[in-house]
Amino acid sequence: MYRETDIIQTIPGTDEMVINVGPQHPSTHGVLHLVLTINGEIVKKVEPHIGYIHRSIEKMCESLTYRQFIYSTSRMDYLAAHTNNHACAMCVEQGMGIEVPLRAQYIRVLMDELTRIASHCLWWGSIAMDCGAVTPFFLAFREREMINSIMEETCGARLTMNYNVPGGVMADIHPTFQQSVKDFVRHFRSKIDEYDELVTGNIIFQSRLKGVGKLSKEDAISYGCTGPTARASGVSCDVRKHFPYEIYNQIDFTEITHTAGDSYARYLMRLAEMRESMSIIEQLIDNIPEGDYLAKTKAVLKLPKGEFYSRVETPRGELGVYIVSEGGTTPYRIKFRSPGFSNLSALDHMTRGHKIGDLVAIMGTLDLVIPDIDR
Amino acid sequence: MNLKQYFADIFNGVKSLATGMKVTGGYFLRHHKEKITEQYPDNRDTLVLAERFRGEVVMLHDENNEHACTGCTACELACPNGTIKVITKFDMTPEGKKKKAVDTFIYHLELCTMCNLCVEACPTGAISMANTFEHSVFDRSTLTKQLNKPGSKIRAGVE
Repeated sequence: MYRETDIIQTIPGTDEMVINVGPQHPSTHGVLHLVLTINGEIVKKVEPHIGYIHRSIEKMCESLTYRQFIYSTSRMDYLAAHTNNHACAMCVEQGMGIEVPLRAQYIRVLMDELTRIASHCLWWGSIAMDCGAVTPFFLAFREREMINSIMEETCGARLTMNYNVPGGVMADIHPTFQQSVKDFVRHFRSKIDEYDELVTGNIIFQSRLKGVGKLSKEDAISYGCTGPTARASGVSCDVRKHFPYEIYNQIDFTEITHTAGDSYARYLMRLAEMRESMSIIEQLIDNIPEGDYLAKTKAVLKLPKGEFYSRVETPRGELGVYIVSEGGTTPYRIKFRSPGFSNLSALDHMTRGHKIGDLVAIMGTLDLVIPDIDR
Repeated sequence: MNLKQYFADIFNGVKSLATGMKVTGGYFLRHHKEKITEQYPDNRDTLVLAERFRGEVVMLHDENNEHACTGCTACELACPNGTIKVITKFDMTPEGKKKKAVDTFIYHLELCTMCNLCVEACPTGAISMANTFEHSVFDRSTLTKQLNKPGSKIRAGVE
């Protein structure tokens, strides 16, 4: 007989057994609890259990006003707090019919792309760590630190920025912002080639990722995957391209897709996205128009009765914010469609038949942030 | 797989490892020239923080111990966490009218998430964010602060 509390349970009559990975496990990048059914080293089934970091942010938002609820979404996807805040601010603006000044739009897009690079930097360090290399983690954090300093300088916080407010951004950019962003891009252009030399070409790393965790185009669509995870399988799903918000329709950038759909394609995907983000930043940084950074809004925001939806492309995929308003100062219901949740649901399909070590690598290429999955 | 391919794979594999080791070796040789880590408690004297960094809410007082807080409680309403509690009183003006003023401005640092919404909401610019960050204390109760200094009063002309 086996008990629920046993760490390892054997299934009578078969060679299979059930083990728990997490919730406190260093390779799950947070408090994700995976229940694995394994036969020796081979993974037969993966059941993600979530709920260990549930803070009921959606319910909490129902008691906060339309200005206040934006700050709490920084705590969902904490590596890309700016894009979360952006989606919420855009949804409120859409409901109120607020016109965002052009300068604020430029600043928002610049910050989004900086956030994307910072998030992918951390991901690059952690995927290498998941595959057994420790050095890349320190190199990635060196570059991420520069972005954090830029954020600290302009937004006033390093991680939970809360820089977007309905109508624009909270404060104008710091006088040294443009120079420090240019310095960063110049620095990062040379360092990203170093990333390729150190990890991308590495034979051990390649054999860990190539042909592992395949996700076909059809499966990526049916599991609702978005972001780099889906684009590596050949699904063209970039919100910035298909449903342009702010000034993305005026920017010249390409949506990168791969067709292989394996872990290595997802890896190359994100590295290419970092380069693409840099080119977006270079296009915008010298052309920030003069003007207001914040539109004039009423002191108390009241959304008209109805339903509002806005979406942005976060580093992990499509984040949707759905607000149901009854006409009051607080939302009646808020729903977040977070990218990590759908991407995680494909994990079982991708991992079946692979080894336990590959599970960690596949999970690394999905770029999971658990508080984003489990709000 | 033929023999030629086999040896080519070995050669390319070793070459890729050597390329990676070149980067690591480069850092090993010049790591003393470019230090990235900061030795935090030791570098306190030279530590430069961003001026906008949000560390705690402070109330600005001038040299006459006067502040600009009218006790309108806009910050209290803007705060998402119930961090701020403004207790007001009624002062008598020289004309004999009653005027609302702040009695105690209570700030719970332990509840604050530094979202800056109170500072944005303040119509008179009485409060702002300071870039102090060393808030560790042994007793939680010391984190509840009174922001208006004892004996302070509102600056003349602030409505």
